[in-house]
Amino acid sequence: METNFYNTPGKHKGILAWVLSTDHKRIGLLYLSCMTAFFLTGMTLGLLMRLELIAPGRTLMAASTYNALFTLHGVIMIFLFIIPGIPAALGNFMLPLQIGAQDVSFPRLNLMSWWFYIIGAAVAITSLFTGGGAPDTGWTFYVPYSIRTGTNVSLAVFGVFLMGISSTLTGLNFVTTIHRLRAPGMSWFRMPLFVWSIYATGWVQLLATPVIAITLLMLMAERFFGIGFFDPAKGGDPILFEHLFWIYSHPAVYIMILPAMGAVSEIIPVFARRTIFGYKAIAFSSLGIALFGYLVWGHHMFTSGMSDEARMIFSLLTFLVAVPSGIKVFNWVASLYKGSIRLDTPFLYIMAFIFLFSIGGLTGLVQGALATNVHVHGTYFIVAHFHYVMFGGTVFAFIAALHYWFPKMSGRMYHEGRARIAALALFIGFNTLYFPMFVLGWQGMPRRYYDYLPHYQPLHVVSTVGSWILATGILLMLYNLFRSLRTGEKAGDNPWGGTTLEWKTSSPPPVENFEKIPEVTTGPYHYQ
Amino acid sequence: MVHGWTNLSSSVDSVFLFIMGISLVLLVGVTGAMVYFAVRYRRSRHPRAENIEGNLPLEIVWTVVPTLLVLAIFWVGWKSFVYMRTVPQDAMLVKVTARMWSWHFTYENGATSEVLKIPVNRPVKLAITSADVLHSLSIPAFRVKEDAVPGRENYLWFQPEVTGSYDLFCTEYCGMGHSAMITKVEVMAEKDFNAWYLEATGKSAPGKAGPDGAKLFAEKGCSACHSIDGSPKVGPTLKGVFGHRMTVLTNGKEREITADEAYLRRSLLDPAADVVKGFPPIMPSQKGVLTDAEIDALVEYLKTLREHEHEREH
Repeated sequence: METNFYNTPGKHKGILAWVLSTDHKRIGLLYLSCMTAFFLTGMTLGLLMRLELIAPGRTLMAASTYNALFTLHGVIMIFLFIIPGIPAALGNFMLPLQIGAQDVSFPRLNLMSWWFYIIGAAVAITSLFTGGGAPDTGWTFYVPYSIRTGTNVSLAVFGVFLMGISSTLTGLNFVTTIHRLRAPGMSWFRMPLFVWSIYATGWVQLLATPVIAITLLMLMAERFFGIGFFDPAKGGDPILFEHLFWIYSHPAVYIMILPAMGAVSEIIPVFARRTIFGYKAIAFSSLGIALFGYLVWGHHMFTSGMSDEARMIFSLLTFLVAVPSGIKVFNWVASLYKGSIRLDTPFLYIMAFIFLFSIGGLTGLVQGALATNVHVHGTYFIVAHFHYVMFGGTVFAFIAALHYWFPKMSGRMYHEGRARIAALALFIGFNTLYFPMFVLGWQGMPRRYYDYLPHYQPLHVVSTVGSWILATGILLMLYNLFRSLRTGEKAGDNPWGGTTLEWKTSSPPPVENFEKIPEVTTGPYHYQ
Repeated sequence: MVHGWTNLSSSVDSVFLFIMGISLVLLVGVTGAMVYFAVRYRRSRHPRAENIEGNLPLEIVWTVVPTLLVLAIFWVGWKSFVYMRTVPQDAMLVKVTARMWSWHFTYENGATSEVLKIPVNRPVKLAITSADVLHSLSIPAFRVKEDAVPGRENYLWFQPEVTGSYDLFCTEYCGMGHSAMITKVEVMAEKDFNAWYLEATGKSAPGKAGPDGAKLFAEKGCSACHSIDGSPKVGPTLKGVFGHRMTVLTNGKEREITADEAYLRRSLLDPAADVVKGFPPIMPSQKGVLTDAEIDALVEYLKTLREHEHEREH
């Protein structure tokens, strides 16, 4: 049997061979398995919320339970799943392979980041069962409510703080790795676009995350000592919290989406059998998004009472940050022109991504424009919008990348027929679940409502039915992948005919990734 | 043009349609091109790809054109917004206080209401603040929304054009009763409004009579969590509460107390001190929210709920 990183004995055995490993591949898979568990938890909470909303009034649970559910759904999906997301799981596994390195720059720091992540997650989950019970503030933790509520906000916030450390250190590690460990001959413009996106993301993680750390510490200080940063009676201001929160949490949106865009840029050339269109435009637009992404946080606060001048400036900058995303979409579509396209599952998810992400992005224009923002602010319109961007965008790209790199990570191929059926169910379920929310939002249905007026019911029913279709698709997709780990056919080293370096080593790769570090002489998507 | 309930509706809806128009063209264009290429250049039909690395003029076009488009959208959104923020001199002022979980509207003559009553065809300015946590005042039919922030007065204005009753929601999450923090906007004919306005003034003119406990109980949001008919809601029922022996948690320790006047008062001002067993410690303190006179009135009112004590289970 060929040696690979699974069957090469290390210092430790059993579970310790994973949780004490400094091998980036094992750490990537640790993240991936934890995230899958958290994702399924978040999904279950979402299903319960949708079930509660199938009719007005009490259906399943009390208001306090519902409020805890949407808080947990948000906290789990955002901080435990999608922020670590593609970089920590697939980035960890693929980044060193793609640049022809043996590992990341700081393997021990990488392991410590995972420990911060899992301890943070454990602390956040402990907060549900201890003290005043599950937090009920929404994932945004807005003051003054988050200071007054008797629920266990402090512990949950501390968990998020720990996960923030993990994210910061991961960003630092990846940025350094990309600067220092590229294979000989791999100049900046010979890097795969996934690496570019991880690079841009790394800087955002490194520079933005400390702000949320400070904010959360201030929130804890408020809860324990009543200092008054955010209390007008003591000269503070609740709007300050909103600013601090979004100074991180808006760039965090790009932490979530940029790596997904990188995965899309990776998969398109392989399945179109040609080079990407506009390599530099895509690479620079990642940096552009990372840079401009810092300057638009105020668009979450257009009705907060912030000055009208600030609203105008934030609206203008918000529109400018839309342009690089548009450039990417145009280049992706142009990359199909005169290609030789195979419609395998990863590519089907990419097509779904482009469609859903476009809807998400374009409805963002409605929210970026001041006059229309006022109407849709805080309604289901925004719920629909960010699920189209985050789920239709990031998660669809995540799933595409998972199928694309599955043979590299496992050495086996998934079952194509089942994968396609799952993709179809996901696409139909997703739109049935979230599209009605645009209409509900335009009709004024506020978000985070346990109960609603009867005239909103028909669309809520459609949405709830959509949640069942979507969940079925997700379960089938995961079942297919898990089953294929054992029963899938041997995939070979390069089943898709990819040209980037991860396909030049065996599947699964050996411990040190390459027999011999490859020399790079061309751009990443060099097809003859 | 779009039918509107206020002067702002048609302007906001025009911006929306403008954005939707551009968006649809872009969405259909992008999706159409993608699907067309995927079919036209599928591997069975087009086995050899052409390696096209890029095209500078094309990159410039799809950078510059979208930039101009989004700037145009910014511009129309902003123009319409400036109008939304420019309050006419003759606007009628209504002060709005949001609290967990009810709305209070105070008019210039001292009249107060729990429903926003306004005359048709007159500009109205709402000056909005909060007594406790963040809230947001939203009237979807009017296309207006602004947050209620403690320690700050935000504003919005509109001119209703059609009489009728409209929904008013809280759209900033504010805890347990958030989705029940709903009231109505009554847009009335000028004549009807004036009649109500004059009468309402007389009733609630300050100094005439002390505050009414029963009315406060309904208005200040107490009834969102506490019933007076014996059924438990989020909080314990207040039926027969006065003089009732009950188990409370004080600093996490159980103890038996009798709900006397001091206890009722403490429950209003410092609700976390003694929490009735079996209920979550979530009641907001009314310190600084209610006046001393209002607290007296509420306590007196709670005492009157006593007669039916014998019907209680315990």
